[in-house]
Amino acid sequence: MNWIVTFLLVGGVFFLAIGTIGLLRLPDFYSRLHAAGKCDTLGVTLLMTAIALYNLHAPSFGSVLVSWKIFAIVFFIFMASPTATHAMTKAAMLVGVEPWQKKKGTRK
Amino acid sequence: MKISMQEARDRIPQRDIILETTVRLMVPFIQLYGLYVIVHGHYSPGGGFQGGVVLGASVILLALAFGLPASKEYLTEGTDIIMANVGALIFTGIAALCALLGGMFLDYSVLTKILPIDPISWRSHGIFLVEVGVGMGVMTIMVSIYWDMASAGRLDEGL
Repeated sequence: MNWIVTFLLVGGVFFLAIGTIGLLRLPDFYSRLHAAGKCDTLGVTLLMTAIALYNLHAPSFGSVLVSWKIFAIVFFIFMASPTATHAMTKAAMLVGVEPWQKKKGTRK
Repeated sequence: MKISMQEARDRIPQRDIILETTVRLMVPFIQLYGLYVIVHGHYSPGGGFQGGVVLGASVILLALAFGLPASKEYLTEGTDIIMANVGALIFTGIAALCALLGGMFLDYSVLTKILPIDPISWRSHGIFLVEVGVGMGVMTIMVSIYWDMASAGRLDEGL
């Protein structure tokens, strides 16, 4: 059990770190949202799953209830975060934020 | 190429299926959680204000995804104003009732004169009653502040 929890925690921290690096290093709004939206969703999902599993170390009615609530949080983050990213990207597209391109001359 | 807010509003399509589906899935759970926060307010973190904000946020989420007119069908303007006033009235009414019955303002233990149960459990249930009023008031005022700010006071369209 401890190995699974450790594996999930390391995976979550890895994805969150990748997402943060992407947020800092990528060139424009869309690619930054691409890094933040997906990596943060997966990272938080893995971390929360690890916490819920670790909480089940000594199973009782209370700890099962708390784990269930943590899984509910995971479910909501899993639904809400990509939708928020989608809405922000669409709004940026509608107000005309230009995507980054490699050659500056090819921009309209 | 930057454009003005009005142009952006004209370009926004009326319906966005991803947003609508997610909001439709999430709003009932958000409202259930808001009620949970209100009901559990007196012996766990939370309370009337926080639960009211969560409930108000669920209606604001509806307004963001489906448009302001749809959210006004969900919670009509008349209901909104009535609920805001009733919420404030519950809070001040119970508080003033305690004062009229000879206790301090918001001193629930004197309510044993109305319904004779243990004064200690009256303290607990009095807080619950007051928090229901606070929750109703906060929820409806949050929604009406959003309506006013999003449509610049016209309450016809917005964002």
